[in-house]
Amino acid sequence: MLIPCPFCGERSESEFIYGGPVGADRPDPNTVSDAEWVEYLTVAPNPLGPVHERWWHARGCGEWLAIWRDTRTHDIVEAPDDSK
Amino acid sequence: MCSCIPSYKSIWVILQGRCALVKKLIDGTYLLMNAMATMQNYSVFSLARNAFSGHRNWPLAWRSPPLKDQYDVVVIGAGGHGLATAYYLAKEFGIKDVAVLERGWLGGGNIARNTVTIRSNYMRDESIPFYVKSVAMYEGLTHELNFNMMHSKRTMVDVVQTWPKLRELRRRQLVMDIYGSTYEQISVNELHQRIPALTGGGPDARLPVICGMVHTDAGVNRHDAVAWGYARAADALGVEIHQQTAVQSLIRGTDGNISGIETNRGTVRAKKVVVAVSGHTTTLTETAGLKLPLRTMNLTAFVSEPVQPLVDVIVNCPDSGFYFSQSDKGEMVIGGAPDMGQSFRRDIKQNVFEDTVTAMLSLFPSFKKLKLMRQWGGHLDIAHDASPIMDQTEIPGLFVTAGWWGGYKAIPAGGLTLAYLVAKEEPHPLMSSFTLNRFRHLDFVMEAGTTTAR
Repeated sequence: MLIPCPFCGERSESEFIYGGPVGADRPDPNTVSDAEWVEYLTVAPNPLGPVHERWWHARGCGEWLAIWRDTRTHDIVEAPDDSK
Repeated sequence: MCSCIPSYKSIWVILQGRCALVKKLIDGTYLLMNAMATMQNYSVFSLARNAFSGHRNWPLAWRSPPLKDQYDVVVIGAGGHGLATAYYLAKEFGIKDVAVLERGWLGGGNIARNTVTIRSNYMRDESIPFYVKSVAMYEGLTHELNFNMMHSKRTMVDVVQTWPKLRELRRRQLVMDIYGSTYEQISVNELHQRIPALTGGGPDARLPVICGMVHTDAGVNRHDAVAWGYARAADALGVEIHQQTAVQSLIRGTDGNISGIETNRGTVRAKKVVVAVSGHTTTLTETAGLKLPLRTMNLTAFVSEPVQPLVDVIVNCPDSGFYFSQSDKGEMVIGGAPDMGQSFRRDIKQNVFEDTVTAMLSLFPSFKKLKLMRQWGGHLDIAHDASPIMDQTEIPGLFVTAGWWGGYKAIPAGGLTLAYLVAKEEPHPLMSSFTLNRFRHLDFVMEAGTTTAR
């Protein structure tokens, strides 16, 4: 899998470290309910299709980046229309 | 056992020539016994009896009945956990109106996509008793199910290459001691005696071998036998198994409870539905609007050509990131790390494959000559804390068993405890720490270090 780094261009996945899913925005701890806080901490989207995730170009320039990747094909895809 | 057949056969040939009455007697007994038993007991006698009729009259191991439109319990997924749950529901709790639905074919999911490693060397007080129970149940499974599991209790040896890992394993040893699991440290010399093929990792290596840890309870068995054995035994108790029946969505009634499922063969009503589908748990639960703290990942394994007996234990190299055992056929069954990121694929990534092979050759340089024959990935879901989830969800009547990261070893105890949960609607004592409630209270059972999870 080739991951597009904004500085280095397309580089081999071996140069990157997976940084986890891009989750929901952090809710305000002062106003959020316990259930919503737990969901924010533990639940991430798990779709058959594009997933938004962070990667760290650790063995390259050190940049953090986010990509949309299809979990069925590993293809790096455009952000779906309904995202944000 | 097999050597009995020719001698029985030769006796039969003699008898056949001399006494037709004996033949009638034997045929009559054979027909009578077949009529009496819905499930034929496998034994040396049934083998001999079927040899007389040229092995043409073995009964089918399980039926393929028509799909009804209603059951007491529907289990989605005829893998290890689904079949074991159905079996224990019927056997231990008398719930026999059970259908097990399978999208593909029986024994074709993750039960066929693992490395058959059975062990109980976990870290947490909540986990170890469960896995000790599961390992013990596996050891008796051949007799329990009257199906040869080819269980081989052959010990797992960890090859330790860093001091932090040794500290972690010795801590695990102390906790495991409390719950009757076994872990014991051995020297580098003993390690080389037990695994002569371990010629790498010398004093000049980047990660020299420090010592070994021996887990004598570990073993391997035959994955097909587990699927077929549970299927046959469950079927004999009245459970129906429906292959090529894909569940498309879960149906909730007007009261919010689960009321059934939609399949490619029509709607099936059930008061209780069990989701035992490994990586696709969230795919199904989302059809009923339920979010679970699970992410699906793909775990790598591959197999070499068969070679002469070389390694008689399961070798685990946690610092290098691979493990392997030699199957009865002589193939090296090699497992590695999961792909980074979520994945619903069932093949392995080239870079993960190369990392695993490189790590293996650093400790076992002679394996460079091995030809690799097959590769596979199994997609499985991992919970936020790398421990399983077994619970009735917030949708009454909907049960999930998920998050099994290395769930093969957990099949017997997982099936028993899930059957208990479904029958009594309260968690089995061994699984009471693995409910969804632990996320609500952030009371996690952190097991990431004891699996290949990352």
